[in-house]
Amino acid sequence: MKYLALIYAAPGAGPDYGTPEFGPYMDGYRKATETYRRDGVLLGGEALQDTSTATTVRVRNGKTETMDGPFAETKEQLGGFYLFDCANLDEAIRYAAMIPSAEHGSVEIRPIMDVG
Amino acid sequence: MASDAAGQDASAREAIEALARADTGRLLGALLRDIRNLQMAEDCLQDAMESALVHWSRNGLPASPAGWVLQTARRKAIDRIRRARNFDRKSEQYGHLIALDQQARESEEPADIPDERLRLIFTCCHPALESKTRVALTLRTLCGLTTREIARAFVDSPEAMAQRLVRARHKITRAGIPFEIPDPARWDERLNSVLSVIYLTFNEGHSATEGARPLRDELCLEAIRLGRLMLELAPGNAECEGVLALMLLTHARAAARFDDQARLIPLDRQDRGLWAPERIEEGRQLLDRALARARPGPFQIQAAIAALHAEAPNHACTDWRQIVLLYEALHGLAGNPVYLLNRAVALSFAAGPEQALAALGAIEAELDDYQPFHAARADFLRRAGRHEEAGQSYRRAIALSANDSERQFLAERLDGIA
Repeated sequence: MKYLALIYAAPGAGPDYGTPEFGPYMDGYRKATETYRRDGVLLGGEALQDTSTATTVRVRNGKTETMDGPFAETKEQLGGFYLFDCANLDEAIRYAAMIPSAEHGSVEIRPIMDVG
Repeated sequence: MASDAAGQDASAREAIEALARADTGRLLGALLRDIRNLQMAEDCLQDAMESALVHWSRNGLPASPAGWVLQTARRKAIDRIRRARNFDRKSEQYGHLIALDQQARESEEPADIPDERLRLIFTCCHPALESKTRVALTLRTLCGLTTREIARAFVDSPEAMAQRLVRARHKITRAGIPFEIPDPARWDERLNSVLSVIYLTFNEGHSATEGARPLRDELCLEAIRLGRLMLELAPGNAECEGVLALMLLTHARAAARFDDQARLIPLDRQDRGLWAPERIEEGRQLLDRALARARPGPFQIQAAIAALHAEAPNHACTDWRQIVLLYEALHGLAGNPVYLLNRAVALSFAAGPEQALAALGAIEAELDDYQPFHAARADFLRRAGRHEEAGQSYRRAIALSANDSERQFLAERLDGIA
């Protein structure tokens, strides 16, 4: 099954760039990604620019409307994602728990809908 | 002739009800293994039971009623898969079901029903499900309680409970919650989730926050039944023994806990002659066996505390010092301010109310909204002769009470010091 792991964290909750903690934190991401690749569960994954760069689009009556900012203002913001291919939820939980941001934020696991 | 037919009808109905209570877990487990979809497994089992009522009323009971129902449910599954929009004749499940049906047709003897209840209970108690949902699902799938019965036990509407169960079954399928026994690395953690669900079921019945009491007692009995089942499925596990011992030792006091107006009687005023000796004996034997395995855990420690209560000839002669130590050990294993509150209560009997009041300081902030905290503090203050402060604590406890019997008890104590 495919699972999307959505990584949420409050801005400033994790280590900042330039602090001594930042290096090991990024290393954690590199190691996690390596593990995913080695175990053959990685389908994709990216980090996102912060929500100040977000644009929200909707189409109403055929007209495209754009808004500056994210769709929902929440304390924890979506900061990145991984797409996994796992046998079951237990496996997905195990891999999601390796994401360094899980230690200060949260990772939401959503199964991908099978429309095949 | 008409009365014969009516008699056969009634005996078929009776057989099906007995089967639902005794064999639902076994049947669903076996079906889930073949079908891999809990909602569909439940629907097929339901269809098969309905079909059983028609056939058994007409032809009498088959040699193996459970085997008959399993085979029929598998055929219902074959029908459902064939009717599905995206029917795939080559699908693994379909092929497997057809093969099973073929085997059943060829053999004379009804096949044994494979016991998949351990996998089933791990699935129903998966930590990705909400805890109330885990309890409801376990009662439905392993104990064979009807949705209506579960709704009544939780004081929910049957519609809300039905919806909760449907959502849970869909989540299991769609989120890929596995139908598997967890690997050794996760075994302890996952087993603990199962045992917690069993104990939560028991407590739901025992603590009687709301709802009618007879039904609540049934929940306790179901939990004990589940505890026995779990021990049968995981023999030799100390915490399985511990949780069952805890429930038996606690339930032994059931007949002494309420007066004839359904008011709660506290431990110190219970008639110990009403405690059930055979429950206590069974609980103690289980606990001894568990402790001998030298694998201590929170349920065993709680059972040890319950055993000390059960062994004491009266409230004053209880080994309170030992209970204080056991609550400390429990807090060390599973840090929880409620254990420290219970420790303070034991301390009040071992060393006096003033010492117990001093011990409350450490948990005051965390338990400020917790009714038992204020009830305990009120009791310590009353026994220390500080009646004015006790009055304030009683009023706070009354305001936080969830049920009449508790409120009434506290109000009486408050009147007593006025």
